[in-house]
Amino acid sequence: MIELKNISKSFAGRDILKNVTTTFQPGHVNLVIGGSGSGKTVMMKCMVGLVEIDKGEILYDGKVFSGLNRKDRKPFRQEIGMVFQGGALFDSFTVEQNVMFPLNMFTTMSLEEKRDRVNFCLNRVNLVNVNKLSPTELSGGMKKRVAIARAIAPKPQYLFCDEPNSGLDPQTSIVIDNLIKEITEEFSITAIVNTHDMNSVVEIGDKIIYLYKGEKWWEGSMDDILRTDNKELNDFIFASKLAKGMKR
Amino acid sequence: MSPLVITMNWLFHLGRYWIFIKELIIKPEKFSIYWKQFLRELDNFGYGSLGIVALTSVFMGAVITIQTVYNLVNPLVPLSAVGIVARDSIILEFSPTMMSLVLAGKIGSSIASEIGTMRVTEQIDALEIMGINSSAYLVLPKILAAICIFPFVVVISMFLGIFGGWIAGVAAGVISSADYISGIQDGFVPFNIIFALIKTTTFAYIITTVSAYQGYYTEGGALEVGKSSTNAVVYSSILILIFDYVLTQLILT
Repeated sequence: MIELKNISKSFAGRDILKNVTTTFQPGHVNLVIGGSGSGKTVMMKCMVGLVEIDKGEILYDGKVFSGLNRKDRKPFRQEIGMVFQGGALFDSFTVEQNVMFPLNMFTTMSLEEKRDRVNFCLNRVNLVNVNKLSPTELSGGMKKRVAIARAIAPKPQYLFCDEPNSGLDPQTSIVIDNLIKEITEEFSITAIVNTHDMNSVVEIGDKIIYLYKGEKWWEGSMDDILRTDNKELNDFIFASKLAKGMKR
Repeated sequence: MSPLVITMNWLFHLGRYWIFIKELIIKPEKFSIYWKQFLRELDNFGYGSLGIVALTSVFMGAVITIQTVYNLVNPLVPLSAVGIVARDSIILEFSPTMMSLVLAGKIGSSIASEIGTMRVTEQIDALEIMGINSSAYLVLPKILAAICIFPFVVVISMFLGIFGGWIAGVAAGVISSADYISGIQDGFVPFNIIFALIKTTTFAYIITTVSAYQGYYTEGGALEVGKSSTNAVVYSSILILIFDYVLTQLILT
């Protein structure tokens, strides 16, 4: 479980996150939604330690993560997998080397064991015969799937996905959403997903947090979100004509 | 920009550069991975630079020899002096400094754009998330490889420069082979080679760290990666020239 306790962050005097408090449960897909500039990505970067918070506390399974130095964070980091918006695959490596990279760095597995694990992870994201390809030879959806495979290769307890559907067609988005959902439940991972995609909210959101101007404006389940009378949230989720049809 | 802002900006970069260097000195996560990176960079910096170094060195030696002959108007000075001038110019200055400037252009821009692209495409963030010291993983093997391989490249450049001078001088008929060879053997000071290698090692460190620093702190997109790459070459070249003077003053006088 990940707990955020009153975390705040500002850049150059501008408040990006204001006293955000929430929890993320294991085995659940926790969605963070909000408009552009609402603080979703900054919140995720704070949670993984890429950005330091100004105030508050971040806890992983009751252990304080915020404020630790690089050395003390290492055990936490090895439990974290992250899927970046653009995939962030290493260009100079093949698909296999990308997925094997965290195993090379932090395990004592033999080459055979590592290859088995890589093949398992690639199969799990429905990719076959891509081991020797370079990331530049992959489509956007395939890159995201390789990124997911790399993130789950070291068997993390926490999976962070920053807008995993951005730039993907609706069908591929559903495939990626379903993968995240299945992997989360299968391995009892705590998954946190930043998204703009309302389809993801409907399909995979166990818990939804809505950020508005850096504040946690609303949180609840998928059923709650369709019934809420929160004006800002309604404006956000029912902005499109298509989404208006979902309102109960 | 006011002088105060320029000074503050300069101090900011100087401070951040030293923090960046401090971060590099760590115990590697896994030695074998760093070793592989080191070997890859040795190949990149050494074998990958031989073509441009050979071409530049041969022509540099040729031009030095012909220009020296052209300027040698006093009939009392023996023609073998051309060999002495060519040898000492190449060993003391042209090979270490000019080759380092060439390598700053080739390797410095490549380091800055490689690391800068990794930064803007979040590959460096991905390394950090995994718990890897990204600066050490990406930069330390490059620094060590450059420090190890640049002296070899510069020694090759010295040989090729002197050889280029001989070929050009003899082919143009401005100096005999015997005069040139006698000149390059006359009054040879072995310490000059050591001095050249000290300079080369310093320049290798400057090129790799300055370029890596520029790349590592790139913010934005493709345009900024290009700017970082240009800055890497410009700042490395300026520092090479400054340190060339400083080292010459310190060691040779």
